[in-house]
Amino acid sequence: MSTSSDATAYIAGVFEHPTREAPETSIAQLHAEVAAGALEDAGLAAADVDGYLTAGENYQVGRYPPLAMADYLGLDVSYFDSTDDGGSAYVNHVGEAASAIADGKCDVALVTLAGRMRTDERAHPEHDETIMQENFESIYGAETLPQYALAARRHMHEYGTTSEQLAEIRVAASQHAQHNEHALYQDPVTVEEVVDSRVVSDPLHLLDCCVISDGAGAFVVVSEDVRQQIDRECVEILGHAAAVDHHDAGRIDLTETAARKSGPRALSRAGVDHDDVDYVSIYDSFTITVLQTLEDLGFCEKGRGGEFVEGGTLQAPDGDLPFNTDGGGLCSNHPDRGGMTKVIEAVRQLRGEANDPVQVPEATVALAHGTGGYLGTRHAGSTAVLGRVDR
Amino acid sequence: MSWEPRPVPSVTPETAPYWEAAADGTLLLRRCPDCELTFYYPRARCPDCLGDDVEWVEADGTGTVYAHTSTETVAAWPEEDLPLVLAYVELTEGPRMLTALQGCDPDAIEIGTSVAVTFVPTATDDVSIPVFEPIDDD
Ligand SMILES: [Zn+2]
Repeated sequence: MSTSSDATAYIAGVFEHPTREAPETSIAQLHAEVAAGALEDAGLAAADVDGYLTAGENYQVGRYPPLAMADYLGLDVSYFDSTDDGGSAYVNHVGEAASAIADGKCDVALVTLAGRMRTDERAHPEHDETIMQENFESIYGAETLPQYALAARRHMHEYGTTSEQLAEIRVAASQHAQHNEHALYQDPVTVEEVVDSRVVSDPLHLLDCCVISDGAGAFVVVSEDVRQQIDRECVEILGHAAAVDHHDAGRIDLTETAARKSGPRALSRAGVDHDDVDYVSIYDSFTITVLQTLEDLGFCEKGRGGEFVEGGTLQAPDGDLPFNTDGGGLCSNHPDRGGMTKVIEAVRQLRGEANDPVQVPEATVALAHGTGGYLGTRHAGSTAVLGRVDR
Repeated sequence: MSWEPRPVPSVTPETAPYWEAAADGTLLLRRCPDCELTFYYPRARCPDCLGDDVEWVEADGTGTVYAHTSTETVAAWPEEDLPLVLAYVELTEGPRMLTALQGCDPDAIEIGTSVAVTFVPTATDDVSIPVFEPIDDD
């Protein structure tokens, strides 16, 4: 997005599907249910939509996802996009929708996610040996989990980060999830319970990993003109930036994430400092993802993330930097491209519509960050900064 | 690693020299003379300058562990070959290579452990897979 602090686009509606397991519901139907929910939240109708974005998770809705969904939903759109960079995709769509609106390509952009990672094996496509670079990974069994474990191992080695510190992140998420009636895991856990859980890929434990859920979510991005015509409280898109990290020819640094590039750019475009940020949604595929992201976004010095998360820093409402107040992917919901739920909870916080016990008082600026792909080989980082209109 | 023969990677003109050298007991890297960059994984163009004047060079086959993890479950991986020890090895030539460790007690591996390449056969005679084993430091 090329905008500065002069906002040109707003999030006007959000909706997170309450389901966490939906084996009998088609992916397209899930898209439609959250589309209706987000439009109703915004006070808009399907006929108002002239832009549509979806990551089109693994082509489960059709070979050309935006076309398949425009057909199913009956949309007449002048702008569409299906950028898919994994978990960061829907944070990217915030920026892409805002850019399209700034360019005058559309006024009401509907963005929908639906995935059935829990009950549909198509959400876990088999390795395709014809993908050149994946040959050098799949032959070694380099799945998602061990790739993040490698990052955790290296971070511990370089900075002395401990399993107990990583566990603090799960503990904070679980404290929040107890107030979310839809969260998959609602029971609070302790640091001891996390580090005593089974080691699944050392140094990561079972409770360092996110849930696997079916689910869906949507948001609606609108122009200034549309915002003035609706009654719903809108959230300004203040800044957005994305970046990629990869093998870098063999120079990969497992302790770093693309957030160190996307974060400062997004904050700069938004014209806000770290101290201005009241709430953060941080992509939490694993606890280590959160720790490294917080460092790279600049909320603490590189390597000091372990100390930073100790003592309830991330716990709402009183911690210095409340995060993932819905319980996040670690406890509530991780429906495929999980950046969607990061955006939704940030909007809830800014509207004062988070669950009461975890609502951050007077939250005026929020940051949502998505991580897509794999810290161990290649990943995207996408950062969106959002603010209350009356901030 | 007891899983033999291993699944065969896709061998194409771009990568055939790499897999075939492995079957002969040699680890190959690619090098761009213009950038003086030695890189992994092998590919037809230099990832720094996109030049196609890249040559194959023989690696020494040694390095140190940059990161490692022992994983209990891997989809479609034979049970007798678990736990799987996945690692990044920093090769003596510089590049960090995603690979696996074998012939070791997973708990005895540390970052910095010296390792040397060895090769696991696949179902195809002229293709082997490079993996690493700990060696004694001199
Ligand atoms: Zn070059």
